[in-house]
Amino acid sequence: MRVEITVNGQPHTREVEPRLLLVHFLRDVLSLTGTHVGCDTSSCGACTVLLDGMAVKSCTVLAAQADGCAVTTIEGLAGQDGLSPVQEGFRQCHGLQCGFCTPGMVMAATALLTERPDPSEQEIRNGLKGNMCRCTGYQMIVESVQWAAANGGAR
Amino acid sequence: MVGSALPRKEDAALLTGRGTFVDDIHRPGLLHMVYVHSTEAHALITGIDAEAARALPGVLGVWTARDFAGLPPRPSVPGLERGYLAGEKVHYVGEPVAVVVAADRYTAADAARAVRVEYEPLAVMATVADALAPDAVPIYAPLPGNLALEQQVTSEEVAAEVAAGLAAASHRLRARLVNQRCAGAPMEPYGVLADWTGAGPTVWATVQAPHRVRAEIAERFGLARHLVRVVAPDVGGAFGVKSSFMPELFLVPELSRRLCRPVKFVETRSEHMVHTYHGRDQQQDIEVGFDGEGRILALDVTLTVNIGGVPDPVGIGLATLTSYMLGGCYRIPKIAARYRSVVTNTTPTASYRGAGRPEASFLIERVIDLVARELGRDPADVRKANLIQPGEMPYQTSFEGIVYDEADYPAALDLLLDELDYAGLREEQARRLADPRAPLLGVGLSTFVEMGGFGPTPLFEQFGYLGGWESANVRMQPDGSVIVLVGTAPHGQGHQTALSQIAADQLGVPFEAISVLYGDTAVVQEGTGTMGSRGMPVAGNAVRQASAEVADQARRVAAHMLEVDADDLVRTGDGYQVKGMHDATVSLAEVAERAFKPHLLPEGTALGLENTSYFEPKNLSYPSGAHGCVVEIDRDTGQVRILRYVCVDDCGTVINPMTARGQIHGGVAQGIAQALYEKVAFDADGRPLAASLEDYMVPGALDLPPYETHHIETRSSFNPLGAKGLGEAGATAAPQAVVNAVVDALAHLGVRDVEMPCTPERVWKVMHDAS
Amino acid sequence: MIPAGFSYVRAGSVQEALDELSRHGGAARLLAGGHSLLPAMKLRRAEPGVLIDIGRLGELAYVRADGDRIAVGALTRHRTLERDPLVAEHVPLLAAAAARIGDQQVRNRGTIGGSLANADPAADLAAAVLALDGVLVARGPAGEREIPARKFFTGRCRSALAAGEMLTEIRLPAATDRSYAFEKFSRRALDWAVVGVAAQARPGGVAVALIGMGPTPVRATAVEEALAAGVPAAEAARLAARGCEPPDNAAASASYRAHLAEVLVGRALAAL
Repeated sequence: MRVEITVNGQPHTREVEPRLLLVHFLRDVLSLTGTHVGCDTSSCGACTVLLDGMAVKSCTVLAAQADGCAVTTIEGLAGQDGLSPVQEGFRQCHGLQCGFCTPGMVMAATALLTERPDPSEQEIRNGLKGNMCRCTGYQMIVESVQWAAANGGAR
Repeated sequence: MVGSALPRKEDAALLTGRGTFVDDIHRPGLLHMVYVHSTEAHALITGIDAEAARALPGVLGVWTARDFAGLPPRPSVPGLERGYLAGEKVHYVGEPVAVVVAADRYTAADAARAVRVEYEPLAVMATVADALAPDAVPIYAPLPGNLALEQQVTSEEVAAEVAAGLAAASHRLRARLVNQRCAGAPMEPYGVLADWTGAGPTVWATVQAPHRVRAEIAERFGLARHLVRVVAPDVGGAFGVKSSFMPELFLVPELSRRLCRPVKFVETRSEHMVHTYHGRDQQQDIEVGFDGEGRILALDVTLTVNIGGVPDPVGIGLATLTSYMLGGCYRIPKIAARYRSVVTNTTPTASYRGAGRPEASFLIERVIDLVARELGRDPADVRKANLIQPGEMPYQTSFEGIVYDEADYPAALDLLLDELDYAGLREEQARRLADPRAPLLGVGLSTFVEMGGFGPTPLFEQFGYLGGWESANVRMQPDGSVIVLVGTAPHGQGHQTALSQIAADQLGVPFEAISVLYGDTAVVQEGTGTMGSRGMPVAGNAVRQASAEVADQARRVAAHMLEVDADDLVRTGDGYQVKGMHDATVSLAEVAERAFKPHLLPEGTALGLENTSYFEPKNLSYPSGAHGCVVEIDRDTGQVRILRYVCVDDCGTVINPMTARGQIHGGVAQGIAQALYEKVAFDADGRPLAASLEDYMVPGALDLPPYETHHIETRSSFNPLGAKGLGEAGATAAPQAVVNAVVDALAHLGVRDVEMPCTPERVWKVMHDAS
Repeated sequence: MIPAGFSYVRAGSVQEALDELSRHGGAARLLAGGHSLLPAMKLRRAEPGVLIDIGRLGELAYVRADGDRIAVGALTRHRTLERDPLVAEHVPLLAAAAARIGDQQVRNRGTIGGSLANADPAADLAAAVLALDGVLVARGPAGEREIPARKFFTGRCRSALAAGEMLTEIRLPAATDRSYAFEKFSRRALDWAVVGVAAQARPGGVAVALIGMGPTPVRATAVEEALAAGVPAAEAARLAARGCEPPDNAAASASYRAHLAEVLVGRALAAL
């Protein structure tokens, strides 16, 4: 079937199998490999992207369901002027170690800050509960999001 | 730069989706390999029907064990050689039975589903008790009693002394503790991509020791090592489980060779949970003798390790490391230790963060609490009565060759008690106990020591490595910038950053002017890898040594340029100056460029500024510290909530306080996860009960507490940098800090132990049974 | 990890969806948010031949007042339930339950109709709809019919929906009493409920629904009757597990679930 999906501002029209998952559309069809796959039960959140502005797990969305929609991936977050505040927060506060969960975590944090520009620690933890990290123990991720909230927010 | 909390060099790519993990790599003509895994825990394979799979469009083939019979076995326990796929029988659910290769991953998945394997079930022995029962069926042919190894770690004389010590002690107690099976569960599962072009393969793989992997691949295929290139690109966490020699490391290059196309295998998460090896799974039978003050006089330990369905050469012997560390940070005069490694119908076990040492620390820290409880003394006091004192360092333990480096264990405990406000907590605990509506409060301590800085070579050779050293090549470029090639293969530890800090100090160049490369056997001279908390204590020293040598070379060139003796030079911000002469200067960039101009250098001067150094540690290092946990327990549900988690760590010299904090946090998080959440469980038929992240309880952001971290920095005299390592410290310290807190909260009910993970149901049941 | 192949139809209207359903019979499944179906398909626990995507039926995504009832379109996302002012005003229990589902990503995609039709015995929304005495509207070849929530859940992941029928709306009596409670006990914050309790005060009593306590979400009738008879809440809570057959599995034993039900019902009643 034919789908047209706008990814990071660029429209892409492709012929795909109906069963193609959005995450594989991004990774294998468009070669946008920043979005990762960490599980197969919609648990880990490594594949989180923004679908029409809302955080979704792209392993649990068919490319067919995203037809006509706008997707933002980690590759679309940094602007000409450098890292987004959330990305910069993760750098400043050591919110990543191996970096595998990071793209999904950053996208989820970006969505969180869009809705709650000044979240409490508990709200950050609650907002990120669909994203697993095995390296950091989460505290420095929380600090990264707090840094971002204080330095430009979701942008 | 050492000691500065610099943001990491690694982050720019990883934060923008421009990292390169194995599954991100594409090669023209790429094929996809998928396993067919056993669905039975113990069965004979009576037939494999792959016709339907082969008939699917896009499928290149299906291969079974006999198709790889010509390859020498995988790295194995001598005498217990293992192949790549199950042959006549399967030993656990998840054991690979066949491989399918197809043009894309969707077709490959379909084809794997279409392969029909027929089994004739055999009796399943899912537990150590089942496997050791008199009527047990041998799982692995050469092992009639399912006992893969029975090791007397200490001699018969020591056993006799310990028996006498126990008999003479005024107090003694016995305990059985269980350190349950855990999964490493790095967020990136295992992956291998191989492209056999020309004389040999290039293999991109999620591994911790690329040079070792190269050696093993070369040996299997009868190739000289220079023909095999192994690349560990960005690796999404490993925690020890990516140091095992999984069959895909060999099958993927072999299939690439046969098909003349690049082949990729990427594990799914469900597959990871049954296929990649697990860790821990140790039963500990203990007898301890002590006096009225709680001083431990003799300790007798028998460990029983569940090593799973196919013995792994590392997994079979990990309890040796547990045995060596049984004394913890205490002066225990006599310790007897022995262990048994037992085969069962479960996924094999091998290294997981700490690999044998967390089990030891758990054991002795639980024992200290049991002793304290038995005597009605405070666990802090019993610890103080037993701690090795700073003046006794370096401390020769009762195990030959195990010598602890400099540390101040009592100071770490004192700092912890102070930070916790220990006395205040005890008062609060009593107050809550008197109020039936208040959640119960518990405080747990863990004064721990573990091994870091693996080698030295004689020790590491036992695990199949070429050496225990690490190598570094430092090359100054003609513009004064620096490239460092190091033999480690980090996966989140931040070596680009920390090693740049070390090199910057030695070379006097800015942090930004240094690049650190690793993980590619075609680029890096030789290497051992990243495991055993060896990054800073071993690789850090190699980089330091090579950098110092290059700095010396540069100084000699500068001296020539300024026409003075090298001793007459002082370093300035960006170069050299003749002592006392402000206008007699030369920049490092000028020196670096000059080093490549033979006609402008003294006759016989070697060109370039470069050094390769190998650092061989003379001994292990011993990271230590004191961790404390405060929990409250819901009296109605048994749910444990961590109110505070306080760490005091002594990892020797801290290179980067920010990344050091991250390593401690991550280790502690995994330790808490073991204490409260995680267990790889099987039912009586050997079927896995935790084969996904829905069922295996990797905790999330709301399930873990904030951590308070403090440092005591006692430099190790065992290496010039003074570093001890800290990647495994948190995971070593935390489980028993949490369990001691849980038991402490329930002690008034007569509770003496709660098995990990201390789930709400388990805690509730213990409370229910006790009251 | 990879779903089996299927053919995909995107329905442009409810009628079109129903037509497709009747055309393909048992081979077809409706795809709404996909957060129950797609994970099952990826693990190949479900292999439908046809997916009828109803995710874009805007006509089924709404919350509106309908006399003394609140009508919620079957394709209303959990995210909307959390934030909708009508829900907050008239059926706040539903918002409280929606807020406890999974994570933000799941709530952004999952729909109330999909969740209820999936009939998972531990679904948070099922508890709320049951306690609110909701009525589910099904449309099929024979037209539209109302199914009371108490009769909707017929077995583990089985509902009273007939072949060829789809959920279109959930009708909830506007609560006259704003006292409600939603208590959920899960192993990790992310997880499904081990046991969950939805309680809604109403004139003359309290409605109490349980999840995780049997093959279907259930009403704790013994508790409700005891309360109606004037038994103190703490005492009534001890009847929470009466008549339940809680599952006994790796997540929790039956006896622990029974105990949790008593504790959580006690807490819910105390919070009213």
